[in-house]
Amino acid sequence: MFENLLQRIISPVENIFREFGSIGLMFYQSIYWMFRRPFKFDYILKQMEFVGLNSVLVVVITGVFTGMVLALQSYHGFRKFGSEGLVGMTVALSITRELGPVLTALMVTGRAGSAMAAELGTMRVTEQIDALMVMALNPIKYLVAPRIIASFIMLPLLTIIADFVGIVGGYIVGVKLLGINEGAYINKTIQYLDLDDIYNGLIKAAVFGVILSVVSCYKGFYTSGGAEGVGRATTEAVVVSSVSILISDYVLTSIMF
Amino acid sequence: MKENTAIGIKDLHKQFGDQKVLDGINLDIERGKITVIIGKSGGGKSVLLKHLIGLVKPDKGEIWVDGLDIVKLNEKELNETRKKFGMLFQEAALFDSMNVYDNVAFPLREHTKLSEKAIERAVEEKLKRVGLLAFGEKMSSELSGGMRKRVGLARALIMDPDIVLFDEPTSALDPVISVTIEDLIRETQTHFQKTYVVISHDILGMFRIADKVAMLSNGRIVAEGSPNEVRRSNNEMVQEFMRAVKMPALSGGNYA
Repeated sequence: MFENLLQRIISPVENIFREFGSIGLMFYQSIYWMFRRPFKFDYILKQMEFVGLNSVLVVVITGVFTGMVLALQSYHGFRKFGSEGLVGMTVALSITRELGPVLTALMVTGRAGSAMAAELGTMRVTEQIDALMVMALNPIKYLVAPRIIASFIMLPLLTIIADFVGIVGGYIVGVKLLGINEGAYINKTIQYLDLDDIYNGLIKAAVFGVILSVVSCYKGFYTSGGAEGVGRATTEAVVVSSVSILISDYVLTSIMF
Repeated sequence: MKENTAIGIKDLHKQFGDQKVLDGINLDIERGKITVIIGKSGGGKSVLLKHLIGLVKPDKGEIWVDGLDIVKLNEKELNETRKKFGMLFQEAALFDSMNVYDNVAFPLREHTKLSEKAIERAVEEKLKRVGLLAFGEKMSSELSGGMRKRVGLARALIMDPDIVLFDEPTSALDPVISVTIEDLIRETQTHFQKTYVVISHDILGMFRIADKVAMLSNGRIVAEGSPNEVRRSNNEMVQEFMRAVKMPALSGGNYA
């Protein structure tokens, strides 16, 4: 009875650790293959286009509206203390430190992470991954490593875009719509926003890029069970990536700031 | 190991959970011949085939290819051996991100330094052999099942491998297309004189093209020899298979 109960508590925990171990192992193998010739630049570029370029629109929309709503919300708060001038600073710091990298990563997870899991999952269940192995080609090198490199590079770039349009969105709402003094708005923003805030946000974004690509590729790569399995892998990729991003965001923030 | 053995399988065991899939397989696959391994669906044929190219590791046993036990090889050594193989997968496993031409050219581009011109010649020769020369630009999703298999065969042959493995080449195809695929297997083998290993449950079609037949049942090889020898075997499993494929009109049955 007691042993049974113990077993039921231990085995899920054991599974979680086993999965983290496997994900780590895949990351390690990917890094190993990244630095082995021949380099697959065309594969990396194709993934950069998919992860980066094709995500620009969704990141811009997310960034603009986040900046706008932040300005709106903080304006109503600050007005009570007569310090509307702080809205610009609040928007800029929130966006560059937190919302820019985190929301970008979550949007890219939904768009590209899910596609990575579905694509690799389909390749697994239709034996395309086996076909690569039979051709004496390493599937990690061809399929996983390019996606990780592309995400690692593109997430910070997308975050720069999100930061920029977010701050612009805040400015439009704050200055043009709500009529905050333009000089105060811009001055306070410049005064309080350090380059370090932006840099740290970009480091976060790069880490998130690695997390979402490794997790999504892992889930896709080890899919089993046909079409249903691909669906399950895709869902799990998005859920596990998103949760991991939010958890690691706390850890990174506590180290950085 | 005999001189003309391409693949020597010794006492191969594999278990998934409690289920013994392979229970001591011993089989010599003859060089330059078509060997067909017949067995029931879900009887471990695919698992056996995947062992031959190192996609699955056995629990116990040896697989000898050109004087090497591939079970003991590391990833790098295994890849050297894999270059001697081609494989046609059950659903062809064409890369759906590429068109037909690029699928067939892919192994050449990755493993050789041939010029695009030389690659084009090689690819067109193979596509012609499977009768799909005009289909190079098509994406694999636009092809029918039989055409996909033919492209898969062209891709399997592109590196001129010594050994070609076929995983259920005629499953999920209609009888007419099945016959054309069987003929294509026979034709290409006669032309290139390579070692072919085919797994299938289609006993009628495969007896037509096989040089050697091995019957897999309950994880063991229960009968092997020429198609005629196997047909006359007294083994219970073989007889069950033979009875199942007798059509009333051919056996003069009682279904008038």
